[in-house]
Formats: sequence, C-alpha cells, structure tokens
Amino acid sequence: MLIECDGLSCVRGDAALFQALSFDLEPGGALLVRGANGVGKTSLLRMLPGFLRPSAGTILIDGETPADRADRIHFVGHSDGLKASQSARQHLSFWSNLLNGPGNVDEALAIWGLTAIANLPCGVLSAGQRRRLVLARLLVAERDLWVLDEPTAPLDRAASKIFIDQVATYRSKGGIVAVATHLDLAIGNALEIRLGEGVQI
Amino acid sequence: MFGFANPQRFMSFSGAALPWVAAVTVILLGVAAVWGLVLSPADYQQGDTVRIMYVHVPAAWMAMACYAAMAGASFVSLIWGHALADVAAKATAPLGATFTGLALVTGSLWGKPTWGAWWVWDARLTSVLVLFFLYLGYMALWSAIDDRIRAGRLAAILALVGAINLPVIKFSVDFWNTLHQGTSVLRVDGPSLDTVFLYPLLMMALGYMALYVTLLLMRMRTEIWQQQTRAAARRQAVESERPSPQTAESTNG
Amino acid sequence: MKALFAILARDMGLARQGWGLALGFFALFVTLMPLAVGPNLEVLRQLGPGMIWLGAALATLISLDRLYQADVEDGSVDQLLLSGMPLEVLVLGKVAAHWLTTILPLVIVAPLLGVMLNLEGQALWALAISLAVGTPALSFIGSIAAAMTAGQRRGGPLLSILVLPLFVPTLIFGAASAASSGEGLAFLGAVTLLSAAISPFASAAALRLHVS
Repeated sequence: MLIECDGLSCVRGDAALFQALSFDLEPGGALLVRGANGVGKTSLLRMLPGFLRPSAGTILIDGETPADRADRIHFVGHSDGLKASQSARQHLSFWSNLLNGPGNVDEALAIWGLTAIANLPCGVLSAGQRRRLVLARLLVAERDLWVLDEPTAPLDRAASKIFIDQVATYRSKGGIVAVATHLDLAIGNALEIRLGEGVQI
Repeated sequence: MFGFANPQRFMSFSGAALPWVAAVTVILLGVAAVWGLVLSPADYQQGDTVRIMYVHVPAAWMAMACYAAMAGASFVSLIWGHALADVAAKATAPLGATFTGLALVTGSLWGKPTWGAWWVWDARLTSVLVLFFLYLGYMALWSAIDDRIRAGRLAAILALVGAINLPVIKFSVDFWNTLHQGTSVLRVDGPSLDTVFLYPLLMMALGYMALYVTLLLMRMRTEIWQQQTRAAARRQAVESERPSPQTAESTNG
Repeated sequence: MKALFAILARDMGLARQGWGLALGFFALFVTLMPLAVGPNLEVLRQLGPGMIWLGAALATLISLDRLYQADVEDGSVDQLLLSGMPLEVLVLGKVAAHWLTTILPLVIVAPLLGVMLNLEGQALWALAISLAVGTPALSFIGSIAAAMTAGQRRGGPLLSILVLPLFVPTLIFGAASAASSGEGLAFLGAVTLLSAAISPFASAAALRLHVS
C-alpha cells in the first residue's frame, strides 16, 4: 500500500488547524503525529480512512480515494465500540467476522494477555483491559494500514511493550502505522509531524 | 448551470430584484383581493362563503408547491452540494408551513357553514394536515442540529423521503376516506369552475406565488447574513486567542 | 451475506434486555384504552383493530431511538465503514434484528390482546396477518428517522415528529386490513416493500453524516 498525502488542510468552524501538509507513506513506514490538544491530530488521522474530508488537498491510497480503500484500514479512535453486555471474545469474533478476518480470536486474546478474562462482559473491564481488547482487534483482520489515535494512553508499561512489539512485527511484514500520541513511543524510523509547529522529520 | 451559484452574486441579484418582486406582489394581491372579495359575485348556493375560496385554494396549492420546491432544492443540495440550494430549502419550509396552516384554517372556516362542523375528516383536509406535520418535522430537524452542514444534509434527506411518501400518504388517506364513507367534498377543480370565479382565483394564485418569491428572497438574504455574522463572530473568537497587531487590524476591517 | 448475518446476530444478542420495554408499552397501551373509552364490548370490538395498530406504531416509535444511537456514540459506525461492506447492507441487518427482537413479540401477543378487546375468529386472523405484513414497514421507516437523530442528545421528541407523519400510510392500510378482513392488505404489502427499498439507502446516507 502506498499513501500519498498532498497539501492537506483542515478547517474546523473557521479555525484553520493545519495547512498544506504533504507526506508519503510506504509499506513498513510509520507516521507519528504530535502536538498539543486541539491542534488537529485526531482530524488528520480521521482523514486517512476517509471519515473526514480534508478542507483542501488530496489523499490517495494506491491511487484511490480513502473511502474506496477503507477495507484495507484498521482504525482505533477515542471511542472503543465495546458493548457493555458483550464478552471480550464475542467482541473480537464479531469484528473478525465483519472485517472478514481469519477468525484467529484466541490467538489475539493470548497475545494481549486477555485469555483469562475472555468471557467477562466488556462492561466490567478496566480502562487498560478495554484498550488491550481494542488493540487485539487489530490482529483479527488483516489490514495494510493501522490508524491509531492515542493508542497507549490507558496502557501500563508491560502492555505498552506488547504494543511496541506488535507495531514492529506488523511493520516488518510491510504494514504501515499512523499514530497520534503525546507519549514517547519507541517507534523508530518514523516520519514525525508536529502539528502547530510545521513538519519535522 | 446555476446562474446565481455563489452567495455574493445571489446577494447583489436578489437585492436588486427584491423591490420589483415586492411591488408585483402588492399589485397582484391587491387587484385579486378587490376582484375576488368585492367585485366577483356571490355563489347562488353558498353566498359570500364562496369568497373564502380565494384565500383557501391558492394557499392549498402553494402548500404543495412549496414542498415540491423544498424537495427539489434538497435534491440539488444533496447531489451537487450546493450551499444556496440548502438555504433555499430551509427558507421555504416556514413559508410552506404557513401556507399549509392558512389552507387548514380557511378550510375549517369554510367547513362550518358548508358542512356544519369546524373540522371534518375530509380526505383533502386530512392530507393537508399531515403535510403540515411534515413541514414541522423538517423545521424541527433544522433547529435541533447545530452543525449547519450536517443539518442541511439530514434535512435534505428528510425532504426527499417526505416527497416520496407524500403521494403514498395522499393515496392512503383517500383510501381511508372512501373506506369510511366520508362527507361529500366541495371540490374546486379549476377548469370546471365558472370563469367568474376562476379568473380572480388564478389572479390570487399568481399573487401568492409572487408573495412566496418575495418572502423567499427575503428569508434567504437573512439566512446568508446570519451565516456571515456567525462566521465573523467565530473568526473573532479564534483570533482573540492569538493576539497580534495584524489580527487586531483585520477584526476592525 | 456473512456480514449481514454477523450484525443481525450481534444486534439480536444485544437486544436481549431491550425488547421487553416495547412489549410492555404495547400491552399497557391496549389495557388503558378500555379504561379511557369504557368497557362496552361492542365499542371495544369496533375500536380494537385500530387501537392495536396504533399501539404497535407507538411501541415501535419508543423502541427506535436506541437503534443507531449506541453505535454512533461508541464509534462502532466508524468500524462498520471499514468493513468493506456497503453500509446499506449493514443497515438492513440492524433493521431485521430490530423487527425480530422488538416488533415480532408484539405481533405474537397482539391476538391475545385482540381477544381482550372482544375480537374473535376471522377478525383475529385478519389482525395477526395485517401486523405481520405491515409492521416491517414501521421498522424500515423508523430506521430512517432513527439514523437522522442518532447523534442528538435529546433525539426522542424529534424522532416522534419526524416519524409519525411517515407512519400514516402504514397505519391506515394496516388498521383497515385488520378491521375489514383483508381490504387494503395488498396496499399494506406494497408500503412495506416500498419502505424496504428506500430505507437502507436513506438510513445509510443519514448515518454516514454522523461520521466526521
């Protein structure tokens, strides 16, 4: 997958959040989006799967619009989509089904250390457990791009380590990640965009 | 395709046209009112009651025409993402609702001497009543959603769904009416009406249409002004966060 | 097809707690009616089919506001857009789940309530058939308005104003075919088919607007 972003601008209300942002991402690549709250990190990420249309500029994914390639993208945002009465396993099997995944739910649960709580309803899980479950969703369906908005905020150090490992494995297999964070994440060799201060690499 | 596509051009065009359209409206309505309410003869059966027709029938026509206009504008807005079409649809709704309300009230006033009751569940009146509620829903949707663009799109979808539904509603209400053998209806079917009544009626209908155009232009202009005012206020709020000599000047200008 | 059944099964599972409310409302509505108009059995027999249809329409209405609300609020709609399946198909699955879990129980209980309103034999059959044919239209039409109001905090009252006028044809043909053993049933079926044809597109279009 090749992602080409050219001259992206975001205007919300009448506030220009960012302007003329251009970058390319290739297989194995990574994008780190940084910046203070309200500078448009989430808006930029939500443009990649086509949820939000850029006020100006274009995004091409393998030469197509993001919406046309949405089925090659994973997105993890602020809201986690967990249903209080569904169990962790039910959540993963459902999305594995819907996202047309191979059904490796147990494996994903094991990697994220969720096997013991797989049958508990999501409503009783802690913030960290919920986030691990959501990140486990990344593993139950194959995608070429992971778009992750503050993925590690509720995670403890051990879980953050799993996350870093997963990202590294994924990139080594040719996956692309786009991550917004205000934490120091050990994601090496990444294109870094500091919103509000211009692009730095 | 759209001659007055951008708001600026619309504002200058509508500003120039408005006095003329308003003048035509006053003349048409004035002549039609005198003709219909004073000069034309009373009906041999209904007496002067028939004069309510000059107010009622054009109002009922406009009630439906406005919905068609609203749906048409909504279609344009939805397919071509046209901002002015959005404004036109939004501005039409209260006008259509008012015409509908006028048709209902005058229908009811007409009903009392004709049918002996203020309200009869006649097929036409009932359809018009449902139409009134469709207008209310459309306006409620606009006012409930803060995000202008989202509100416009949703309202456009609603208007189109309503437009598809209207013939079905009309048909179902007619079916319901025959099923329950409703009261006989006083029909005003244009061509079969005596020309003594028809000409002032058509004149009045033209007057209503001109009135609609006048009010539509006025409402659209108001709406665009409001949008510009809101945008300016937001800009000011944003700029006050980052004070600099330049922005201080630009907010004044 | 897999996605359609996946979402159908999930929503049916999630609805396990919710469906009793609509049924309870429906039963209460029909119970209150004789208290309002008096217990005259002849009057009840005349009003019965219409009142049961009105009750079904209102019960559908109160069950609608959660149809998309949760999925919009918790970001599930984002994920649905990434499934590669047309949102229209997923909407169809959700509406089917809504009808099966929430409305079908009403259709099953309705003849029982009909007996309490002095309906018998042929009239009960007509009632049951009209509800089975017509209530899917209520779900389909309601879905459009539910998708529109999904992002709203106080969407309930707005939903009623949007949806009730659109229920008019269903209510008329439904109550008519229930009361007259079949007259209008063909029209009722036509309304259901028409709403089934329009609803997925209109609902999906409205739902997409809540993603930004």
